[in-house]
Amino acid sequence: MLRLLNIEIHKLKYNRASKILILIYFLLLTSIALIAAIKFDVGPVKFHLAEQGIFNFPYIWHFNTFIASIFKFFLLLVIVSMMANEYSNKTLKQNLIDGLSKKEFILSKFYTVIAFALVSTIFVFLVSIILGYSYSDFTEFSIVTTDLEYLFAFFIKLTAFFSFGLFMGILVKRSAFAVGGILIWFFGESMLKGYLFWQFKDLENTSERVNSIMQFLPLESISNLIKEPFTRLSAVKTVAKQVGENLSKDFSVQPLDLLIVMGWTALFIYFSYALLKKRDL
Amino acid sequence: METILSLKNLDKRFGTIHAVNNLSFDIQKGNVYGILGPNGSGKSTTLGIILNVVNKSSGNFSWFNGKLSTHEALKKVGAIIERPNFYPYMTAVQNLELVCKIKGIKSSKIEEKLKTVNLFKRRDSKFRTYSLGMKQRLAIASALLNDPEILILDEPTNGLDPQGIHEIRQIIKDIAANGTTILLASHLLDEVEKVCTHVVVIREGVKLYSGSVDEMTASHGLFELKVESNQDKLISLLSKFEGILSTKIENETVIATLNKPVSAVEINNYLFKNGVVLSHLVKRKPSLEQQFLTLTNKIS
Repeated sequence: MLRLLNIEIHKLKYNRASKILILIYFLLLTSIALIAAIKFDVGPVKFHLAEQGIFNFPYIWHFNTFIASIFKFFLLLVIVSMMANEYSNKTLKQNLIDGLSKKEFILSKFYTVIAFALVSTIFVFLVSIILGYSYSDFTEFSIVTTDLEYLFAFFIKLTAFFSFGLFMGILVKRSAFAVGGILIWFFGESMLKGYLFWQFKDLENTSERVNSIMQFLPLESISNLIKEPFTRLSAVKTVAKQVGENLSKDFSVQPLDLLIVMGWTALFIYFSYALLKKRDL
Repeated sequence: METILSLKNLDKRFGTIHAVNNLSFDIQKGNVYGILGPNGSGKSTTLGIILNVVNKSSGNFSWFNGKLSTHEALKKVGAIIERPNFYPYMTAVQNLELVCKIKGIKSSKIEEKLKTVNLFKRRDSKFRTYSLGMKQRLAIASALLNDPEILILDEPTNGLDPQGIHEIRQIIKDIAANGTTILLASHLLDEVEKVCTHVVVIREGVKLYSGSVDEMTASHGLFELKVESNQDKLISLLSKFEGILSTKIENETVIATLNKPVSAVEINNYLFKNGVVLSHLVKRKPSLEQQFLTLTNKIS
């Protein structure tokens, strides 16, 4: 396993474009901390975002993993290009001739995906711990360790998303088209969602029925893993209550969602391998 | 003798095209093999199959008597197919380090191999800045990194200038002289004739001949004859002579192919007695090229 990971790191570390994207990604992850600096102090209106409870344990786990997952597209570019470039440079062929098996090739990419997801998760954990201890109102150990499943969900989410990128890279063989392909897939899922809403528009529980189907699609299930954290914030809740809206949404990580996403990850990796095995290079 | 590679009834179809048709041959240790065939005859496909990049349709092949799986066996093989494929953003040394990691060998031989192919001075230049000849030489260095049991080369001089062709051939000859087994696919016959001990001739995926180069070129030879006038009489006389298989005219020279040993004295004597005086008479062994053309034209 280490040998395969080592091979992949060797390929990445000399690639300037990948290095820059990875750097930007981690800078953006760190920039979550900059939210703390958002502060309005105009006469009577005093507003300091960090004081609004977004960095309170355990809410911070939810908030930070959600924000951090927005930046995953930078790493997606790295993943897609590291796969597709093997085709366009024909180095995949050379790797196989040099004695890498097709299985090892896919595994080396998958290990890299896991490594990226793991490092991101650890990074977000560290940033959150630091921010939390600086701004949280509660720092009791039992509260700090509550809701850590968001970190696990974040890890699974990234692994699945990057595996999808890996699969598209193999399927399409060209970086730009593979990224385009992912966008098209996304539009496809959105259109299906729209169609389902239209189909079920006369039923009373429309959105529940739509979700019961949509939750099985890859991108939708990936984005379902960590639900948007904003309406959970107590500040927002207070406002909503005054308006009279009911916010009894379940924000926790659902085991079924985790299962679906892990299922897709397995399928993407398996299909990548099957495609590579079947193809003549 | 130790068998390095063995092909049995190998078959490959691309849709309606039958690229490799029931191909069988063995590669023995220490020999230099040439796979000969016109463009599109299935040479590269055959090499692709044994190198794990093309899937066979049916048949079998085994490396080292089947003692190793294909990808494990390939770690002991050095191969260059078609264009050199490396990471354009890495330098020569970085690319070779990666090959070492894949093959699971120490990177201590990189310097030596780069010197062998005369690239040591440019070792820290990025691959994309290399000329085609340099890329091809780097590919050879990469194939030699593990001191391979067998070196497989597919059209190694394709697209190179005469200087480059000469350099590559010299490197191949040096490697062959060290006793390394080589499998060389080419459509350039003089290339094969110069370095190979054995040949496999294929055309449209079918094996036409396999054996040593000497046996292939060993026939009773041919005569080149010329007369000032009365060529028709010469041809009719030749066709009556026992031992002459066929005659044909090439650039005003009559070529008579033999099917048993005939000396130049005998033929000259016979023609002179029958009133034909030759202006030119040469007895020659056929070149590999002529043998190859004879073989590949037989079917068509």
